Amino acid sequence: MNFNATLIGQLVTFAIFVWFTMKFVWPMLLKQMEERETRIADGLAAAEQGQKDFAEAQEKSSAEINKGKEQAATIIAQAQKRHDEIVDEAKDDAKAESDRIKENALSEIEQEKEKARQELRNQVAALAIAGAEQILMKEVDQAAHNEVLAKISQQL
Amino acid sequence: MASGTELTSNSYLQHHLQNLVLGKLPEGYERAGGHIVEHSSWTFAHSPQEALDMGFWSLNVDTMGWSIFLGMIFCFFFYRVAKKVESGAPSGFANLIEMTVEFVNKNVNDIMTVKNPLIGPLALTIFIWITLMNTMDIVPVDLLPLIAQFVTGNEHLYFKVVPTTDPNITFGLSLGVFILIIYYSIKMKGVGGFIGELAFQPFGKYMIPFNLILEGIGLLAKPVSLALRLFGNLYAGELIFLLIATLIGSALPYFIGTIFGGALQFVWAVFHILIILLQAFVFMMLTIVYLAMAHEHH
Repeated sequence: MNFNATLIGQLVTFAIFVWFTMKFVWPMLLKQMEERETRIADGLAAAEQGQKDFAEAQEKSSAEINKGKEQAATIIAQAQKRHDEIVDEAKDDAKAESDRIKENALSEIEQEKEKARQELRNQVAALAIAGAEQILMKEVDQAAHNEVLAKISQQL
Repeated sequence: MASGTELTSNSYLQHHLQNLVLGKLPEGYERAGGHIVEHSSWTFAHSPQEALDMGFWSLNVDTMGWSIFLGMIFCFFFYRVAKKVESGAPSGFANLIEMTVEFVNKNVNDIMTVKNPLIGPLALTIFIWITLMNTMDIVPVDLLPLIAQFVTGNEHLYFKVVPTTDPNITFGLSLGVFILIIYYSIKMKGVGGFIGELAFQPFGKYMIPFNLILEGIGLLAKPVSLALRLFGNLYAGELIFLLIATLIGSALPYFIGTIFGGALQFVWAVFHILIILLQAFVFMMLTIVYLAMAHEHH
């Protein structure tokens, strides 16, 4: 163990290297690492935020879909109801119309019947007169017997 | 074991434990080969005795050179990563460097109660630099000296490649730490506070001389223990590598010595990885602790 100037040389070298590290290495490395740390933290936070946003959007969209579904269901129900109403209305209308037509037909028939009956009556009366003429072999005075004839035709 | 072999392994060890020393030999000095220096001149020492006779103003060119080279490697790679603005995820090597910085920074923040921008870079430099210097121990003991001998053409060239097995290097480091301890003690507590701490603790003002001796030893023990711990561990590790290496060339039947020695080298190298990192870590942690203590009032 003989000491010589190497001791001083090493001391000076040591000082120079420490100075160099302090000046050019340590602060830059620490700064760089800190920057990366914050960047990574930011990135993680952003990712988390994104995930949260995505979940929120998903929730929102599913709520929207549910709402839409509900709306569609009500619309369908309303439509169904309306459809039923229309069908009922149509049925009612048709029934009323058919009733009216039936009534008309009936009254017409009645009228026709009445007319036919009247005609028949008249014809019967004429026939009856003709018959009576035949039987009596003489002219029947229509005017004189009108009252009787009317009576007969009334009974027919 | 034959005496010739003993001599060889002995000189092998001695040769490996001698630094390459550049220094000035005085006029009229008789060199190892019997040659007498005519004019006082700068030269490399040819023997341990010559290195010793060069006195304080000589330089261990090998360990100093490796120390500076490894420190520059440290600065180069860390500077390259620090300079590059990484936008995304760091690549493998940058990751390793950032992990180291984070590790050191965490230790500094855990121990230091006062913020000081010097301690982090200091701890990082100590940790990486000492790790790199210690790692030179893993390189096979004869490889780099043989290359150096081949390159220079001098087969007696001394060449120690592990800077931390040179007490000059470890004391150089611990002396730097010691200066910082005293500087921050005085800066934070004032000269009076610093001396007061030495004089009035632990037994009060009536035992000042005793306190001074006790605290003075405690203060001096810090750099000495720092340097000696690192030096001792690495020197011992290196010595064991060398001893195992002598086994390879020993009088045992050739292949037994080689195989056994090679296996032992490998096992010791694996175990030594632990010591390399542990000693660098211990040096760094103690530096931080000592400086933290210098910042605090007792």
